[in-house]
This record gives sequence, structure tokens and C-alpha cells, in this order.
Amino acid sequence: MPKVLITGNEALAEAAVRAGCRRYFGYPITPQNEIPEFMARRLPEIGGTFIQAESELAAINMVYGAAAVGERAMTSSSSPGISLMQEALSFMAASELPAVIVNMQRGGPGLGNISPSQADYFQAVKGGGHGDYKLLVYAPSTIQEIVDLTVLAFDKADEYRNPVMILGDGVLGQMMEPVELPDITPKTVDKPWALTGAKGRPGKVIRSLFMLPGEDGALERQNYKMKAKYDRMCEHEVLCEMVQTDDAEIVLVAFGTSARIAKTAVHLARVEGIKAGLIRPITLFPFPEKIIAEIAGRAERFLVVEMNLGQMVEDVRLAVNGKAPVAFYGRPGGAVLAVDDILSAIHNCVHGKEPEKIYTGSE
Amino acid sequence: MHKVFSRPSSLKDKPFRYCPGCSHGVLHRIVGETIDLLGVRDRAIGIAPVGCAVFAYDYFNIDMIEVPHGRPPAIATGMKRSRPEAIVFSYQGDGDLAAIGTAEIVHAAARGENITVIFVNNGNYGMTGGQMAPTTLPGQKTTTTPGGRDVRLAGNPLRMCEMLATLDGPVYIERVSVDSPRNVQNATKAIQRAFKNQIEGRGFSFVEALSMCPTDWGLTPKQALEWVRNSMMKYYPLGVYKDIGSAQGVKGQERMGQV
Repeated sequence: MPKVLITGNEALAEAAVRAGCRRYFGYPITPQNEIPEFMARRLPEIGGTFIQAESELAAINMVYGAAAVGERAMTSSSSPGISLMQEALSFMAASELPAVIVNMQRGGPGLGNISPSQADYFQAVKGGGHGDYKLLVYAPSTIQEIVDLTVLAFDKADEYRNPVMILGDGVLGQMMEPVELPDITPKTVDKPWALTGAKGRPGKVIRSLFMLPGEDGALERQNYKMKAKYDRMCEHEVLCEMVQTDDAEIVLVAFGTSARIAKTAVHLARVEGIKAGLIRPITLFPFPEKIIAEIAGRAERFLVVEMNLGQMVEDVRLAVNGKAPVAFYGRPGGAVLAVDDILSAIHNCVHGKEPEKIYTGSE
Repeated sequence: MHKVFSRPSSLKDKPFRYCPGCSHGVLHRIVGETIDLLGVRDRAIGIAPVGCAVFAYDYFNIDMIEVPHGRPPAIATGMKRSRPEAIVFSYQGDGDLAAIGTAEIVHAAARGENITVIFVNNGNYGMTGGQMAPTTLPGQKTTTTPGGRDVRLAGNPLRMCEMLATLDGPVYIERVSVDSPRNVQNATKAIQRAFKNQIEGRGFSFVEALSMCPTDWGLTPKQALEWVRNSMMKYYPLGVYKDIGSAQGVKGQERMGQV
């Protein structure tokens, strides 16, 4: 199949179309505007729907409505816009509705800047809205992976009846790489729960409110039902890339754009004779905690590298569970990591006394 | 024996749990009868708000959804654009539609979405115990305007029909009341019209119903009727605020590619 040179944002949009997404609702925000602009051109050609909503609140609720009638629907935004969507994401998870939400992260907090960042990790993986719920979260690190994970995201959203997030950043959205766009027949999924009009049957209800008379305990039961679903995700959906971890003495852990840079640092460290390796979580929820725990049994130390002040490092420390020291190197505020800085962090981890306290960002 | 009165098949055989004197029961019944009359029960989808009418999903025997506060018009947009054959309506209170959801209703109206909106205006937040609503009248006492609504501090009420009628998108906007048999008949005609417009692809239709909340107003049902007639109707006059002919309505739909 011939490859095309394409930006991450446009590749993602085309992959969504090929995965059967015909309903897109969004609101402009940098650095993801190529997605709505692409959808505005592409979807009307094939009988789909594009609406530029009046806000991110409206956009995600339009997705909610389209999902409730059984459509494959998507929205995309960047950090501040994703914050505005958290209410509806909580409702959709509670109502068990599938959809794909793309966050091409930018620097924060607040309006921040439009540079790439990974500071929305907590929001994405811990349930950014209210209540006990989770999103299935994919973190691509190449444009090809954006394409492949977007197709997978629609399938998994339908399979689990849960919103799925693709967590990218400004680098991945804006960068061009050659990719193969798959020629696929979208999976058709039976959706007996969808609202289609009550022809020849009683009315159906999609809801997240459980307080009718006689419904004592119903909300707790619904939460346990959702937990069982998240447990199934943890069992079956973990995706993770490992680079030279078999004999690694120092294991880096990084996702997305950071992982691309960390991979180069690992190779340079190997050239110097340092036994370095990399764990790259591809799913951030479910998190590859078992894999990390297993490697913690044999690696001497860990170094977590993120474009934030240290978020995923907390999950790595929980997985390592005290079996090895876990250091952190990262930069917040839309600063992109440099290979040399990660390499220095590796040197200091290997030789330093308190590696986790040395690196707090560039001066 | 000839049966002259029965429960609409679009309503469940379930007693309403609304307060005595509340208008939701009457309005639910009108909506249910309308869906039956127009023969669209098999493709109707209703959207319940947050507020007292959140439990609408438990009373209508049609496909229903309950959604975040104020967002029903956005939900309706996603549904109707995905499934144009569906008859989609939102049923919203004044807090839902005229406070937290103002942006969604204005923009759904401006886009001329081919949906039906039933707006129930009782001038306060009933579900949460009678706080000030965007439609609370000047001087009206609520739990958060204990001395009466002081417009210098709490702002002025919103007249949604009048506001939305300034937009090019809607085809039909009417304010009704259900305080008397005659007004119930008028409200029924208006709601039928609002659904018929959608069935015929004419576009955005909006019916506001002045409604009673004796419990949170601290009035008897009879006093509450007087409040609707003597106070609410003065600030919120009944009548048709927009009604563009079918030809123009159809043109609007052609513009949106929905015909």
C-alpha cells in the first residue's frame, strides 16, 4: 500500500472516517484545528455530519446525542476545551455510551500556550470528571500509530460501551510522517440499547440518574457493573512497547512524544555502554502495571520522562511498589524535551545519590 | 360502551409523582397525546432535562434520554442530524433552558435545527427547593431572593420567546399557559403544531408553557393559578412570537439538506 505524507491531525481524521465515523462535532482550538477543518471538507462528501458547535460543551453533547442513537461519533479538542467536556464524559461513561474523544494537548494550566504538553495525563486516566469512572486512553507516539489506534478506538468504544480518549499533543498533531491509511470495512456492531424510536416495543431509557422509588442501591450496582468493565479492560486491553528491557539496569518509562525522544536517549546510552531500556505504555488506562512490576524485579532503577511536572511517575511508583528507585525528569509548560537532557538524566541516575531530586527542569 | 377518555399510549401507566398543582402532569399528557395523535410514537425520542422534569423518562413510554443540565438542545442536534427520521423533542425547565443552557438553546435555534422544544417556565428552581430562576419575576420571593428579586442585584428576567424570535433560525415560537381549560386547549394546539412542523421538516419550533409551582411558591394551587394569571402573564404575554409560513420553513430545511 502506498504511503502518504500527512499531519497527525489529518491522519487521525481520515482514520476516523475509515473506521466508520460519520458524525463529527467540534469547536476550534489550537493545535488541533486541522481535524475539524478536515472533517468539514470530508464528511459532507460521504453523507456525514459536521457541525461547528457553539462551545466544547455543545460539541461533546452533540457527540452524546449521536452516540445515543447508535452512531460512531467523535470530537476533538485541546486541553482547555477537554476540561469543558468533562461533565459530559462523566455522564456518557455512566450512561455507557461509546464515542471517541481526541485531546491534542497544549501547555497549561489555564490558557497556557499552544506548545505540546503531556500535562493532561491525570485528567485523562483518573476520570477527569466527577464520580468513579474511567476512559480507555490511547497514547500514540507516531502518525502511523495515530491512524491504527484511531481505528481501534472506535471498535473498543463500541465493544465496551465507553468513551475512549486518544491522548496526543501538539507535536503529534502538527508533525508530518509517511503513513499507510488502511482500506478497511468498519465493524458493524449491534447496538440493542440505542434509541431508535419505540417501534413495536416499550420505550427505552438511557440515563445516569438512579433514584426512582424502589431503586435503592441501584447506583452502587451500576458502579460495580462499570468496575467489572474496567477490570476487563485491565485484563485484555493493555498495550505497551518495550525496548531493550531484558537486560536493562536503568529502565525509562515514557509515553507519546516523550517516548520518541527517550528512545533515542536509550540508544545513545547503550552506545556508551549503559544498559538502558524503555517501557512505552500505549494504553495509559489500563496502565501496564503488571509489566512494570515484573521488570522492577530485575531492573536496578527507573527513570520516568514526561512533558509535565510528574504525573505518570505516580503510577509507575505504584507499580514498582518500592522494589527499585524511581526518578523523574520532565519539563512543564509546553517545553519539549531534548535528547541530551534525557541522556544527562540517565547519567545522573546511574551515578547520582538522589536521582529523583536532581532533575526539575532546565534552568 | 364507548370509551371516550384514556391514557395516551405514549405515557406509561404510572402515577405522576409531581407536587399537587404542578403543571408537568398536564404538559406531559399533552405531549403524550400529541405523539399518539400524530402517529410518531415509533420514532419519537424525548430528552429530559435536569430539574423536576428529569423524571420525564419514567413517565413517557417512548425512547427517552436524561442528559447534563442545559444541554438538551445540543443532544437533540446530535440525534436529529444523525437520524433525521426521528422525531426529537427536548422538555426543559427554566433553569435548564434559560440559565445554564442559554447558549445551547440560542444556537440550536439559530441553526434552525428541525427539533421541537417544550419550555416549562415556572419561575423558580423547583427540584432544588425554590431558588431564583432566570425567569423569576422582579420582586418575587424565592429561597435565594428572600427579600424579593432585586433586579439591581440579581438582574432581570429573561423572556425567551421574545429573545429567540429575533433569530432567523426558528420557524415557530409561541407562549402558552395551562391555567384554564381554554388555555390547555390552546397549549395543546401549539404543541401539536410544534411537532407537526418537525414531521413536515419545517424546522425549529419552540413552545413555552407558563407553569405552576404551588409548593415552592408557598401558595395554594388556587392562589398559584392567580399568580400565573395576574403576575406571570403580565411579564410573559401569551401569544405567537414567530410563525413563518410553510414555504419559507421548507426552504430553511433545504438549506440544511434535511429534506
